[in-house]
Amino acid sequence: MMPDLGKYAAEVLSAYGVSLALIFGLIWLSLARARRVKAELAEVEGRRQKNG
Amino acid sequence: MASFWEYANPLKFMRTTERVLPFITFAAVVCFVGGLIWGFFFTPDDYRQGSTVKIFYIHVPSAMMAINIWVMMLVTSLIWIVRRHHVSALAARAAAPIGAVMTLVALITGAIWGQPMWGTWWAWDPRLTSFLILFLFYLGYMALWAAIDDDDTAADLTAVLCLVGSVFALLSRYAVNFWNQGLHQAASLSLDKEENVADVFWYPALVCIAGFVLLFVALVIIRTNTEIRARRMRALMARERQA
Amino acid sequence: MSALLIRDLRLAMRAGGGFGLGLSFFLIVVVLIPFGVGPETALLSKIAPGVLWVAALLACLLSLDRIFALDFEDGSLDLLATSPLPLEGVAAVKALAHWLTTGLPLVLAAPVLGLLMSLPMAGFGPIVLSLLLGTPALSVIGAFGAALTVGIKRGGLLLSLLVLPLYVPTLIFGAEVARRGAEGQDYMTPLLMLAGISAAALALLPFASAAVLRVNLR
Repeated sequence: MMPDLGKYAAEVLSAYGVSLALIFGLIWLSLARARRVKAELAEVEGRRQKNG
Repeated sequence: MASFWEYANPLKFMRTTERVLPFITFAAVVCFVGGLIWGFFFTPDDYRQGSTVKIFYIHVPSAMMAINIWVMMLVTSLIWIVRRHHVSALAARAAAPIGAVMTLVALITGAIWGQPMWGTWWAWDPRLTSFLILFLFYLGYMALWAAIDDDDTAADLTAVLCLVGSVFALLSRYAVNFWNQGLHQAASLSLDKEENVADVFWYPALVCIAGFVLLFVALVIIRTNTEIRARRMRALMARERQA
Repeated sequence: MSALLIRDLRLAMRAGGGFGLGLSFFLIVVVLIPFGVGPETALLSKIAPGVLWVAALLACLLSLDRIFALDFEDGSLDLLATSPLPLEGVAAVKALAHWLTTGLPLVLAAPVLGLLMSLPMAGFGPIVLSLLLGTPALSVIGAFGAALTVGIKRGGLLLSLLVLPLYVPTLIFGAEVARRGAEGQDYMTPLLMLAGISAAALALLPFASAAVLRVNLR
């Protein structure tokens, strides 16, 4: 059920598309980095525990 | 009631925020998705702007966030300078990229809206110009963080830059106002806002604003915790190398 | 303090750095503009004030990284920090030296380059006046940026990114004075604003620069 966007459909859709792409890109980057750093830290901590 | 400053302890901060994070994330998703769906699918067109009025459900919240995130960075920078809490400095660092993206979103949606409405992608209108300058400030701030290896030095320098930058950003705002009035008196490109926003547009916009705010809070928590972990990791690695 | 100033000035002269370089850069930018936009006199005289201001600003930017970098590398900045001279004073003197070797020559050269850009007769006074009042602000703001990036290797590009947004208000008011002057309008308001920015920057920014230098020397 697409609403009728009239003659400005391209503008509205591209505005939503670009914005959502940017925001989701930011979210994805944040989450990916959070996961990576968390794993790396766990590894370093683990190494520290082993070596005393 | 525990003191607010307890959260300056990175571990305490991480434990508490990770406990509330699921709720905030949930609320953010509900408001963000709900508000945008409401705005996109279930609002009428404006009689003059047609369906482009729907762009404002993204444009207005992102523009608000762009400014408010800078203010938040200013406050956390001040706390870092005065009380030397690492969490505060790292929160400012975590917020900057979000602010930059919000500024970019506001600029792009504004340009796309301006094309059919003003007949141009870009005009050197005071408001547009100040946002572009704000974007440059975000870029400089992030670049300075990225350029310095030592954490405390970077935190200090960026905090001072944020302070000085705030003064100059404010100054630029007024300078730009003055400059454009000087250039062309007659052309006034104001976005007619509060006075004639009807409730049908206003309520979904409010939900969207709440969604953006909550999204920002959730992202800042995630990113701040990442920065805390990254900092701890660097410290551990340095210790390992010494041993 | 005056000994430091004289030492800095002498170094700038001898190293052949800031002194001639900024000035030649100013000249080159102004010469390039007509190649870019065409030799039409009417157009050139219309954009002349703005072009002169932007070119002066870029020329100023060029020599900023020399303000503290050399002294930081050879350790004389550490000596200055432990000397009885307050670091705020050092920052101010360094900015002054930068202005004397870069800003002032630009002010003096501006009328000559105004001729090249076919600046209207009425514009010569205002452009010199506005540059005279504005370039000190450019120097102190630039000194702050230089202090921020002093510890960073190859910080030149970062320095420009940090300093250019800070230059916006000065540029706007300065160029506005020059433009209004060239068009024969009253330019008192932007002139006062420009003077205000310069005065405030001169009074406050050395403290920020000194704070930042202390962090970098830690």
